[in-house]
Amino acid sequence: MPFNQKPQKFNAKINTVTIGSGDKTVTLGGDSSFPFYTFDSESENSPKVGVEISDMGLEGASEGIKAYYEGAVTMADIAKKAAAMEGADFLALVLEGGDPNGADKSVEELIAVVKEVADAVDCPLVVEGCKNVEKDAELLPKVAEVLQGRNVLIMSEKEENYKAIGAAAGLAYNQIVGAESAVDINLAKQLNVVTSQLGVNAQKIVMNIGSAAVGYGYEYVVSTMDRIKGAALSQNDNMLQMPIITPVASETWGVKEAMASEADMPEWGPQDERGIDMEIVTAAADLAAGSDAVILRHPQSVATISKMIKALV
Amino acid sequence: MALNGIQIFKLTPKKNCKECGCPTCMAFSMKVAQGAMDISACPHMSEEALASLSEATAPPMKTIKIGAGAEEFTLGGETVLFRHEKTFVSKTRYAVALCTDMDDAAVDAKLAEIPAVDYERIGERMYAELVYVNCGEGADAAKYTELVKKAAGLGRTLVLGCSDPEIAKAAIEVCKDSKPVLNGADASNYEAMSAVATAAGVVLGVSGKDLNELYDTVAALEKLGNKNLVLDVTGGDIKATFANAVQVRRAALKDQDRTFGYPSIVNTVKVAKGDKHLQAALASLFTMKYGSIIVMEQMTYAEALPLYGLRQNVFTDPQKPMKVEPGIYPINGGVEDSLVLVTVDFALTYFVVSGELERSGVPLNLAICDAGGLSVLTSWAAGKFSGSSIAKFIQEQVEPKVSCRKLVIPGKVAVLKGDIESKLPGWEVIVGPREAVQLVKFLKDM
Repeated sequence: MPFNQKPQKFNAKINTVTIGSGDKTVTLGGDSSFPFYTFDSESENSPKVGVEISDMGLEGASEGIKAYYEGAVTMADIAKKAAAMEGADFLALVLEGGDPNGADKSVEELIAVVKEVADAVDCPLVVEGCKNVEKDAELLPKVAEVLQGRNVLIMSEKEENYKAIGAAAGLAYNQIVGAESAVDINLAKQLNVVTSQLGVNAQKIVMNIGSAAVGYGYEYVVSTMDRIKGAALSQNDNMLQMPIITPVASETWGVKEAMASEADMPEWGPQDERGIDMEIVTAAADLAAGSDAVILRHPQSVATISKMIKALV
Repeated sequence: MALNGIQIFKLTPKKNCKECGCPTCMAFSMKVAQGAMDISACPHMSEEALASLSEATAPPMKTIKIGAGAEEFTLGGETVLFRHEKTFVSKTRYAVALCTDMDDAAVDAKLAEIPAVDYERIGERMYAELVYVNCGEGADAAKYTELVKKAAGLGRTLVLGCSDPEIAKAAIEVCKDSKPVLNGADASNYEAMSAVATAAGVVLGVSGKDLNELYDTVAALEKLGNKNLVLDVTGGDIKATFANAVQVRRAALKDQDRTFGYPSIVNTVKVAKGDKHLQAALASLFTMKYGSIIVMEQMTYAEALPLYGLRQNVFTDPQKPMKVEPGIYPINGGVEDSLVLVTVDFALTYFVVSGELERSGVPLNLAICDAGGLSVLTSWAAGKFSGSSIAKFIQEQVEPKVSCRKLVIPGKVAVLKGDIESKLPGWEVIVGPREAVQLVKFLKDM
């Protein structure tokens, strides 16, 4: 008696959202099954991998990352090399230098970086803010304005500043809005609802439901993504059917396992290897739970995760 | 399939004798259906009724024990497909692979590498619990047994990858007391392999070229009376392996198909040979989705730190927060007269706060109060992180060991400042930032 295979079919699917313009675009979402369940229904569109670069250049980057970008001096050089990384589908620029508690760069300074990067590459672009909600509310609408026509994803739209960022990116300049919430299905849905009520087309919203490095409260990330995918597919909840993008690198490269130098922790071995595996393991888990795109830093992580995705779909 | 009260009631004698302690057979049946009472409480059940009921009320996935003594592990016994539904009960176990194809130097290097990773994280010992010993093509019984003996010297539980019953028999002789897993049964050899495993009293690993063959082989083994199994779901490639792992688990738990109600083995070495990074990615994928034993070529700190962190998170009880031991944690070489900061014992709080404190580079003492494993605001609201509990903790635990008399409290409980000061004479209480991420700046400005 053979095994009685029972595929799980859903009459709902994750929205497809296309980022970028011209010949080079990337599409997120589109599946109507749990992640990589190709035995239930063929994957319409595989998850995507983005490469993260920062306006702070290579400051604080690991040895392996610095080695990859060797010779790149300007932001334009860095952007070109990042876009050429094996396995890269899009480029993600983080404007962390804008943080008033950090480098506190001015909006003008950051916009100049955005322009330099955008002019250097023609691949799909994602722009993240500096984590400070007031600064982002001021900065990101300007970013949306100068990148008009490029159909970029403007991330870091939060509950506190959704009006400024959502309206500018999603309405005034016709970009894609990245709605960021803090690892809670209700908060994620709420932000999608209020962003839609501004008049932003639900098909132009991507979610960042919040992230963590593995080992650091990651169970909340797993369960939030599991539940969002479950509600989107089995309950056809159209306020949770936005594709999910997860900035992995910014979490994993900030934890002790990836940051401690080999001199401080000799038994742990080379720092670069730890950073890579922290990034790879977290990204693979994010994809297994339901991320439609992950953002990574190290060329080895980008190549490996891209290889895993291709092997699974 | 779980039975409802009415179905159970039909099998009872319906005498209402009250000997089970319930007023009626109906009431008794309802309690059994809810799992509140065991069916054996009724003295009048017929043998057939008992048999059919214990079959029907048995869990959908078997719990299989491997290893012996301190190295005994429980696999399987899961009841849900997603951790938010209930809890995942049996952790994924990682096995480092050895093979007869490796030369002696490579084997010795691997054997030296395995015990090097052994550490504790939030009260849990982290190390490679299993060693997978593979019998490569062309190896004879002497060569394989020699390798098994060497591996057994580590004292870890073994998984023997060997599909030749004669070789397996010889190898298992040298390690059967430590209760290894014998992984190697398939459609062609299952009878002989089952005999070897049963004689040695060990768990048998079964594989098949596809799910149908695996299914039939498991059914045939069950017919032979062997239900002490794990299923090697590794397929021809990564995609097939993932499809197998998910469908086997889903068939058992969602569709109640007990033939697939066994733990699984995923061998990443077979589908990603020589690519340690891809193996790490796959180990993560299969920790999330239904691998009970995951075989890898190496488990150095680079793999262990993220994978064990992931496993510890995924296999927590969603209803019980992870806690760290209360006490004083010196950070950046904190000494007796270093500043004291206090917070709660919720693991996430501890990790975030200690991470930021480490980033500051300032030598400190982080005092972790017993707050029931709740976050700062939740424990404060529940009365478990109050002026008196903090003062008591500082007096009993901190004062004897630390000479500094400055205490930083979380900004979210700034309201406690006066209360703590009145209860802790001689201490200066400083209100810290509301969020951990502001700690570096806060300490710099102090």
